[in-house]
Amino acid sequence: MSVLVILIALSIIVAGIFLFAFILSVKRGQFDDDYTPSVRMLFDDPPAIKEETV
Amino acid sequence: MEAIETIAPPKPPIAPKKPGTKETTHCYHCGEKCDHSIAIEDKYFCCEGCKFVFELLQENGLCNYYDLSNTPGIKVKGKFSSDKFAYLDNPDIQKKLLRFTDGKQSQVNFYLPQMHCASCIWLLENLHAIQPGVLHSKTNFQRKEIFIAFDTSVTSLRKVVELLAFVGYEPYISFDDNEKKRTKKVNRQKIYRIGVAGFSFSNIMMLIFPEYFSSGNISETYLVRIFSYLNLLLALPVFFYSASEFFVSAYKGLRQKWLNIDAPIALAILVTFSRSVYEILSGTGAGYLDSMTGVVLFMLIGRWFQDKTYDSFSFDRDYKSYFPLGVTLVKDGVETPVTISELKKGDRVIVRHNEMVPADGILLEGEASIDYSFVSGENNLSIKRKGELIYAGATQSGGSILIEVVNPVTQSYITQLWNNNDVFNGAKHVEKSFVHPWSRYFTWTLFTVAGVGAIYWAVVDTSKILPAVTAALIVACPCSLLLSATFTFGNMLRHFGRNKLYLKNASVIESIARIDTVVFDKTGTLTHTQQARIEFFGTNPGKQQERAIYSLAKQSAHPLSRLLANHLLETGTEPMAISDFKELAGKGVEGRIGDNLIRLGSSSFVRGTEKVAEQGTSEVWVSINDQVLGAYSIHNRYRPGVNKMASWFESQGYDLHVLSGDNDAEKENLQQIFGKNASLVFNQSPQNKLEYIKTLQSGKRKVMMLGDGLNDAGALKQSDVGIAVTENSGQFTPASDAILDSSEINKMDGFVRYARSGKGIVTIGFVVSILYNFVGLSFAVSANLSPLVAAILMPVSTITIVAIAGVASSIVARKTLGN
Repeated sequence: MSVLVILIALSIIVAGIFLFAFILSVKRGQFDDDYTPSVRMLFDDPPAIKEETV
Repeated sequence: MEAIETIAPPKPPIAPKKPGTKETTHCYHCGEKCDHSIAIEDKYFCCEGCKFVFELLQENGLCNYYDLSNTPGIKVKGKFSSDKFAYLDNPDIQKKLLRFTDGKQSQVNFYLPQMHCASCIWLLENLHAIQPGVLHSKTNFQRKEIFIAFDTSVTSLRKVVELLAFVGYEPYISFDDNEKKRTKKVNRQKIYRIGVAGFSFSNIMMLIFPEYFSSGNISETYLVRIFSYLNLLLALPVFFYSASEFFVSAYKGLRQKWLNIDAPIALAILVTFSRSVYEILSGTGAGYLDSMTGVVLFMLIGRWFQDKTYDSFSFDRDYKSYFPLGVTLVKDGVETPVTISELKKGDRVIVRHNEMVPADGILLEGEASIDYSFVSGENNLSIKRKGELIYAGATQSGGSILIEVVNPVTQSYITQLWNNNDVFNGAKHVEKSFVHPWSRYFTWTLFTVAGVGAIYWAVVDTSKILPAVTAALIVACPCSLLLSATFTFGNMLRHFGRNKLYLKNASVIESIARIDTVVFDKTGTLTHTQQARIEFFGTNPGKQQERAIYSLAKQSAHPLSRLLANHLLETGTEPMAISDFKELAGKGVEGRIGDNLIRLGSSSFVRGTEKVAEQGTSEVWVSINDQVLGAYSIHNRYRPGVNKMASWFESQGYDLHVLSGDNDAEKENLQQIFGKNASLVFNQSPQNKLEYIKTLQSGKRKVMMLGDGLNDAGALKQSDVGIAVTENSGQFTPASDAILDSSEINKMDGFVRYARSGKGIVTIGFVVSILYNFVGLSFAVSANLSPLVAAILMPVSTITIVAIAGVASSIVARKTLGN
């Protein structure tokens, strides 16, 4: 049963990594805007490049 | 797409296609009704401005803009003058605005109030296709912000802003944006707290399971010990970090001798934690850490849910937000852009078309046709002659004028309101929520129950006193009251928002429920600003003549011509060619169509005789070849549904008042709408309005004020609930507790009814939670509370309360608001 201790320790470490990742993503502003990205991903056509600039 | 619907400014509805009738054409760019005079292929435009923008986008391959949503464009209100943004070339101003610059690349953040649809996002994020030098642009739709990075060697801040303004998204530029950034940080703290509590709660739940399911017979006792120590370790960050705001707030309250709802909650958390620590360290039990972390998590989520606000609105503006940042100063014939705060008495300033007069001043040169709609909500131009005084806040239309400043900005007519009244300094007094006293009663009851239990055990078995008392405090924490209140009010805020009443925060709901007096502003609040009732007196013009009148009116920028053109367009008229067009400021317009000379304008211009129009109406006279046909009389039009709304307030015994800056021409109409008991007061200055509210309040009335223009700013701020009414949510509104879309003013009765139901809904949730508490307390005082019972009761009661709050507030919303 002592293997449980190792497994529990591992699971808490893994959970801790996720907590850290969550805090990091909040800090980087990934949750500041929960609307615009959902619209942005639907734009598939980049604007046609002006011909005379080539 | 909900977010888009709630934030979008009102668009002219696309007319339904009726068979047989002529289809109305709408501008391909902005969707406004228009004729067929300006066209590219099969696309029609209402004005040259819209056509220009279309051509620019087409040239750059950005026509996708028009495919993403229907008529996404924003009507460009006349061309802005080339010097409008000249002050942005000033390095000092640049330093304040730019977020970052290294001489090569600069980054800037702007607030764009006009952003309203998916097309806007698309266009704004493809700015680099139009303007070389723009490296990157990214929008935040909910905050209506854009982040732009640009190459300073190719383009400049001024050019970027000019481009934004040209395509219709003129940024709102202000120097005191620091406030906004600060609130953003606080919100993140909340999310961290929730994250930590969630992490600890889920791990503790996992570790505590063996304890519950083994009924205490785990063969490997060292595992049980390890698990409980781990639990303790996991609970530490929740106790010291996540729950800290409860302790801080309770402490602050106690220092002011005020027992707020956080005090008993902090006590419950503290007792639960201490007892758990004792049990774990002494090896006598597993503690109640799972319940504690769970409760903290749910309460934090509830607070976060309730505090989610409307980022794109600002509820705390003062006059500075309305005035331009930069003005053009003239000294010895040289024009220099300066910031508005540098203006002194005696300075000479140029005000161009569509610009605002920054300070009270005397007109020196030019033809001033001044529009005070920004200040008063009135939509009329007035003509000023040389030497006349022009008040700050007026907008000039027509050519440029030169004025000499007589009062610095802070002492002008309109800003005096801010400077002479205490209301604008310091926070508004808000009555404390009913939740606090309730939690106090609850706490005293709880103490009594715990005390009775303690006395009982003192007689029977003294060793059980402490377990019974602590168990009672753990199980019957008033957090259910907090949960019930936060989730109910949070959900109500969303329902209000869906109906276009945007509240500053949840406490406004309770304030609305308490009011007994409603004060309305007339112009702009009860009446339309963009629409009018138009009648014709005289010999009715025929179809051809109407066409001609329309063609002429369309050429003029005067608000009355606009209204008239809009009115005549409904009949499906097409414009005709005009020659010899002349616009005479303050008089009218004339032009030749075919062989006919047509005049539109004031009585003295068209007929040669002065005639004062009836109050509350304006007249536009018409003559063809010097033969007077008659006049269009233009009346204010009340918003639909105002009648029904007012009679509901009257039937419910609310005191009704109407304050108007105008004279009493509309008195009879208003008395009919608001009933004979309503007080109608006319000729009110901004200061009068403020005093009026104060007088009402000194008679112990709770006042709700609805107003729009800057002239209502003092009254809105003074009243218990100030609601700013706006035609367009992108527009600026004076400081207020709530912002209401003007099309929904007829729902005001529903809003009040809904707000009044809030307390009832919270009570239902609270009563149900008390039933749970009875069960829990009966376990507790009998000194039988096992962690398992606590762990089951806690989530079950939490889920019930949240469900009741959500379902009940939605059902009542459907009843009172219609959705």
